[in-house]
Amino acid sequence: MLEMIQGLIGQPAGLAVWTMIKILLIVLPLLGCVAYLTLAERKIIGWMQIRIGPNRVGPLGLLQPIADAVKAMFKEIILPTQANKSLFVFAPILSIAPALAAWAVVPFTDKLVLANIDASLLYIMSIGSMGVYGIIIAGWASNSKYSFLGAMRSAAQMVSYEIAMGFALIGVLMVSSSLNFVEIVNQQAKGIGGGSLLSWNWIPLFPLFLVYIISGVAETNRAPFDVAEGESEIVAGFHVEYSGMTFAVFFLAEYANMILISVLTSLMFLGGWLSPFPQSWGLLGAASIFWLLVKVAFLLFCFLWIRATFPRYRYDQIMRLGWKVFLPVCMIFILVLGAWMQTRFSLW
Amino acid sequence: MTFQSIVFYLLAGILLASSLSVITAKNPVHAALSLVLAFFTASGLWVLLQAEFLAISLVLIYVGAVMVLFLFVVMMLDINFEKLREGFWKNLPFAAIVALLMAAELGLLLTSRQAGLSSINALPVVAENYSNTKELGKLLYTDYVYPFEIAAMILMVALVAAVALTMRKRKESKYVDPAVQVKVRRNDRIRVVSMAAEQRRASDDSASS
Repeated sequence: MLEMIQGLIGQPAGLAVWTMIKILLIVLPLLGCVAYLTLAERKIIGWMQIRIGPNRVGPLGLLQPIADAVKAMFKEIILPTQANKSLFVFAPILSIAPALAAWAVVPFTDKLVLANIDASLLYIMSIGSMGVYGIIIAGWASNSKYSFLGAMRSAAQMVSYEIAMGFALIGVLMVSSSLNFVEIVNQQAKGIGGGSLLSWNWIPLFPLFLVYIISGVAETNRAPFDVAEGESEIVAGFHVEYSGMTFAVFFLAEYANMILISVLTSLMFLGGWLSPFPQSWGLLGAASIFWLLVKVAFLLFCFLWIRATFPRYRYDQIMRLGWKVFLPVCMIFILVLGAWMQTRFSLW
Repeated sequence: MTFQSIVFYLLAGILLASSLSVITAKNPVHAALSLVLAFFTASGLWVLLQAEFLAISLVLIYVGAVMVLFLFVVMMLDINFEKLREGFWKNLPFAAIVALLMAAELGLLLTSRQAGLSSINALPVVAENYSNTKELGKLLYTDYVYPFEIAAMILMVALVAAVALTMRKRKESKYVDPAVQVKVRRNDRIRVVSMAAEQRRASDDSASS
């Protein structure tokens, strides 16, 4: 395929066009998933609250996301007179760009990856840490007190939880001695249970697994950590002044980040594309993208489940959880892990 | 012109423009955001130099952490721009001399033969599976382990000192420790008392009927 395009339009241009095609092949299904994740969220939360959820547009409400998208596109984008116009429009772009750029290094199987770079885990962390700018700038540029409060809360929260998240990842790095996702997954194929779910990282690194999932919920500003929006306290937080498509872009970024966190958790703790059955079981034990999708779907369901179950944390309790609970847990576990890896009981 | 040099000039141009706007921007928030852009493009230049670990760390630390806190502070301060610009012309001559001296020193360094900068003209060709991160880690934890640990200790001391300097408790503050609050259980707040059932009195019956 690459050779064909390069033969058609030349060496460097062909590579660029081929890469663009690959990017589209990742981004378009992703946006489709985001659209239907919103429907899944409303349906699942509906069922949990003994309601039906959206059921008017199309059979079983399946066309609801399309109707929502059309509505968002045709709504007027209101620019507040006192807002900083350029930054106000720039903020949603700055929140969706990192959410999409992070997918460049995410592997779907050991071959299927856009850029298999050496330090892909570090890349994801650094791109992920850019996401907070969209929220801060949105809050500041809106020139509204509610927006600004939301932005300040979000900035402090995301910076705090990034530290816990980073520490959780250090444990993964220690056992796989690589920053590359493909190698991190391949390392989990070895060990007890012959590459089945018993040999994945989530059992030996269970505390870090929990810390990572909870920090992931906090990083994406989802309930019960959604103080940046906090409808009952600060109306809608950082995006209170946004309408129409600019609001929809924030929405897209939040859901894209949710899917990203789920994929990363699957890759680092749940064995990525590895089958939960032992590799010796033939077709059932074969690694494929199907298993990755199943794991991601399950984790996304957990995201929605958590949202439907827990009430919102109070702000100072969020900070306590991040700094005084997760950080010490991670630090102590990393010490324990380091000592464990030096003994003869080491699994790695 | 190769593809690399096109990318280099593009990134260098953005870097210069954004650095310039850091000092010329009227609004401090715009200045801080320009600095973010400058860090980001600088990390792009480092990627061109095959230093991907350093490039990613630059984004992770400076863009992802330091500048977020910077913006946090700058946005909360109520800065009077007129007051900031008052002493501009008074300080200009001295600042100009400092800037000129710095430029001259840089120029001398770049043109002198002793610095040996002219010998650096091509990047070493590395193997396909060469890991920048691994090499850097090996160097830091073997050859440079003492300087590395000392630098870490100095940063730690600065951190502790900053916390110690700014930590003050206000006496009239009604702050309650959230750690204590979340540990509260039902039995700390309410007490269920078992008592004997009340006997219905004859007078109640007559009143209701």
